[in-house]
Amino acid sequence: MFRERLIRYLLLLVAFSALGSLALITLFIFKEGLPLIVKVGLWRFIFGSDWSPSRGSFGILSMIIGSLWVTAGALIFGVPLGVAVAIFTAEFAPPALTAAVRPLIQLLAGIPSVIYGFVGLTVLIPRIQRYLGGPGPSALAGAMVLAVMILPTIVSISEDSIRAVPREYRDGALALGATQWQTIWRVVLPAARSGILTSVILGMGRAIGETMAVIMVVGNALAIPFSPLQSVTTLTSNIGLEMAYATGDHRRALFATGVVLFVIIMALSMSASVMSRGSARR
Amino acid sequence: MAGSTSVEPFAELLAERYMTEHRASPPINVQGGGSSAGIQAALSGSAEIGMSSRWLKEEERGLETILIAWDAIAIIVHPSNPLSDLALNQIREIFTGRIENWASLGGGDRPITVMTREEGSGTRGAFEELVMGGERITPAALRQDSNGAVRVMVAGDPGAIGYISLAIVDERVKPLSIEGVFPSQEMVSGEAYGLVRPFLFLAGKEPQGLVKEFIDYVLSPSGQEILESEGLVRAE
Repeated sequence: MFRERLIRYLLLLVAFSALGSLALITLFIFKEGLPLIVKVGLWRFIFGSDWSPSRGSFGILSMIIGSLWVTAGALIFGVPLGVAVAIFTAEFAPPALTAAVRPLIQLLAGIPSVIYGFVGLTVLIPRIQRYLGGPGPSALAGAMVLAVMILPTIVSISEDSIRAVPREYRDGALALGATQWQTIWRVVLPAARSGILTSVILGMGRAIGETMAVIMVVGNALAIPFSPLQSVTTLTSNIGLEMAYATGDHRRALFATGVVLFVIIMALSMSASVMSRGSARR
Repeated sequence: MAGSTSVEPFAELLAERYMTEHRASPPINVQGGGSSAGIQAALSGSAEIGMSSRWLKEEERGLETILIAWDAIAIIVHPSNPLSDLALNQIREIFTGRIENWASLGGGDRPITVMTREEGSGTRGAFEELVMGGERITPAALRQDSNGAVRVMVAGDPGAIGYISLAIVDERVKPLSIEGVFPSQEMVSGEAYGLVRPFLFLAGKEPQGLVKEFIDYVLSPSGQEILESEGLVRAE
């Protein structure tokens, strides 16, 4: 009896230590970052387009736009591909093939991001430069690398939600004379919609948060981009790039960038959990 | 030891050689962090030797400043670039973004990709001081976080221009001469090449023991020879 209780409290303690570190990280980021946002002013910090810390100018608009470009691009490439793979493995593939494809997709999640960056740098960038123009390191390169990196998230969650659609839905549609494709497109996908949306939002969070691979392929220019072939800086790549040497207000400004990222990611994961709860109720 | 990431690889090499020659010596630990951090570390005593790739500012005085070598900053372009010489003000015009195409400098019709380092970098600090004369580097410039990364990016883009430490220039990129003077160890020691910065060790006043012995080793003929063979220029 005593041992039972001891183990219970031990587990409780461990559970709270995980929560506690989250709380401490949050506290720390806000403590370091908020004073600068207050000093510069929230409006000027977020909508200022000039970032030159040595001249006391802290505006992260170009990085916010850079993050948006790269993330939107990653979704444009990654979502159709990921959902297609999910439909294939859930609906069409023979069990043996599914058993082979699924672990391979999961393997993508285990590849270190610096490897993705390196492949982007050596394979993608020279080709973008040669066939599409521009300097090579660009929002497009970042989007393509991230599209592959978010595949495991999109495929596994979409596939689960497609599999969770009750057998009867499909049988009913087929019995009414629908083809298999009509059944999937008109019945199964709408029924799995909230799960697929959740996968997209989680993929989006992954794309916004990725740092290393992005630093290596986007070029990190601070100008506001007008073409996907132009170089961009994202919120994360700027923190990663400048943290090593930053001191004083510059360092605080990087933490403040972290606060903005934190808020964006929190909003995304909260909407993801609201959506998946919505689907569970249904 | 802590400080400038430009000095760091050379300090590591020197420490390694020193320790193989003096087996009884306690280990020497070399860390990066940047010139400003190195100076602060030496002032606060958290490092016994600070490393800096720039001279000290007025408010940073109070340390023994030891010049260990000179390093030149080379302006590099892609090997296929037909240009081989630029004037200092042309380089400034390129880095401010006012000249955007190689054609206006007599090169091929190709947009210029400007590569720079991130703010806080000692190499960028020296470049701004020696070349930019208070003007800003264009926000369209691509930023990389090390000399090596700038070299890789310039080597991969026929329209690129960047600046790196002369010591790490290799055959993948083409260093430009400036106003007729080619960046080489001879030209730097003859003071003909202008883009030069000091590599400094910083220690408390009157260094003692291991610190003094290591500094003496670095300044000795064999220490200086190591630095010279790595592409730097002797302190004298």
